[in-house]
Amino acid sequence: MHDAVMIKNNSVLDVEKVRKDFPILDTFVFGHPLVYLDNAATTQKPEMVLKAMEEYYHTINSNVHRGVHHLSQQATDAYELARKKIAEFIGAKHAHEIIFTRGTTESINLVAASFGKKFLKAGDSLLVSGLEHHSNIVPWQLACEDRGATLKVIPIDGNGEMVLDGLDKLLEGVKLVSVNYVSNALGTINPVREIIAAAHRQGIPVMLDAAQAVQHMELDVQELDVDFLAFSSHKIYGPTGFGILYGKEQWLNELPPYQGGGEMIKTVSFEKTTYNDLPYKFEAGTPDMAGAIGLAAALDYVQQLGLGAIRQTENNLMAYGLEALQEIKELRMIGRSVNRAGVLSFLVGEIHPFDLGEILDKQGIAVRTGHHCAQPIMDLYCIPGTVRASLAFYNTPGEIDRLVGGIRKAMTLLG
Amino acid sequence: MTIKEQQDEIIADFELFGDWMDKYEYIIQLGKDLPLIDPEYKIDENLIRGCQSKVWMHAEFKDGKIFFTADSDAVITKGLVSLVIRVLSGHTPREIVDAELTFIDAIGLSSHLSPTRSNGLLSMVKQIKLYALGYMAKTAQQ
Repeated sequence: MHDAVMIKNNSVLDVEKVRKDFPILDTFVFGHPLVYLDNAATTQKPEMVLKAMEEYYHTINSNVHRGVHHLSQQATDAYELARKKIAEFIGAKHAHEIIFTRGTTESINLVAASFGKKFLKAGDSLLVSGLEHHSNIVPWQLACEDRGATLKVIPIDGNGEMVLDGLDKLLEGVKLVSVNYVSNALGTINPVREIIAAAHRQGIPVMLDAAQAVQHMELDVQELDVDFLAFSSHKIYGPTGFGILYGKEQWLNELPPYQGGGEMIKTVSFEKTTYNDLPYKFEAGTPDMAGAIGLAAALDYVQQLGLGAIRQTENNLMAYGLEALQEIKELRMIGRSVNRAGVLSFLVGEIHPFDLGEILDKQGIAVRTGHHCAQPIMDLYCIPGTVRASLAFYNTPGEIDRLVGGIRKAMTLLG
Repeated sequence: MTIKEQQDEIIADFELFGDWMDKYEYIIQLGKDLPLIDPEYKIDENLIRGCQSKVWMHAEFKDGKIFFTADSDAVITKGLVSLVIRVLSGHTPREIVDAELTFIDAIGLSSHLSPTRSNGLLSMVKQIKLYALGYMAKTAQQ
């Protein structure tokens, strides 16, 4: 068994075969075969996910947890099985440490609001990094404003890497650290183990925004010893509008509820309401059953391919992409971390990223342009934004060549 | 020329282009040719913020008509800005307020007016209409 896993981890995927699982990849845009390089914004969905969700609605759709009837029981079983699968996927100790949310953003907002309410006082501080998505800045700012606390920032250097030299000093007075595992704007894989160890030495909990990590690499919350972790279903080949908050049981038990409503209560009277146990304490209202089932199918799919093989395939493609792009001498990479996943962020000469993105679009090449919801990073580099090509395992070297050709054509037009 | 005639002329011009490359080449050229806004007007107060690209615009009221100059940091946006100016600049506030801008859609660049694209052009058109409304109110008072 172990040997088989090893072989799987060292192998790469048969990309042409895998692409057949994603019907949308056959789309034509402006007469060209689509080159979809906007995977960091959202990934495409394999047939298996679409089928699982369709089957849910076709066969067992029913409200969970409250029905006496057969369908409700079946829906509840499928829904709770999804929670178990998700827990196993990230190595959680208990299924009830998995809270279903609408996505990474809501997961972070939940912790910021509930943790802030219970643990944050005037004069305290929270720590994020200069490499964060707005979703991992603004919820903490709201909590700070509410409690009279301050937000501190781990600086980043010119390569787009966190500078951890003064970390121990920065951690003084900090009540919680929240950093991203992989940067959505630059692709940097951050030294989260080092940050977690440093924070834990001072008894400070750490939250990881893993929205750009879970789809690219194996991850185990117990091995990381992380206290909270968030990710979104739609970035790991699952449906949109669904996401996960992982929290260590003892932390989740400590935090007060985030929203009130059905599902999250044990007893309600006008004098006093008692709250439900984990995970339901944090899941007010009828949940997204199809979302949970769709994400579980997506994780099954990813595990069938093997995260080791996915990582190897994407690393090869990333290396190919870096080399191919750097052949364009007017192109400069924004973020030069060697340790990277998923994202190639760049600018070409004096061309505005929006112009370049539009000309690429006309050639059927989908990239993202702009500040990628990470304005502080763009300010650091003094640029209006970048062009971001973001990879998934179903992308091919041929598509990278199309991107390079597309950039050259745009240079002729715009130069 | 009326605003409608100006728009019809632009639409007819664009019908001559064989493919998207020619069309964009023309827009990009217009962007490059757009007379630069006087640097004293390229200031934050005249900045129309879009998520993707910026537009600076200055309006002057002369002999009952409004004249616009503008600039953008993205050249395709700038080309479209130049077309909007060609259509709307030098008209009375009433004409501008009543104008329906159909040419952007007709030449196949309606995505530039999509609020989600947020590249400054849509905000610029809104701002032009606001200026015109403002001047109308002002002249009505006098």
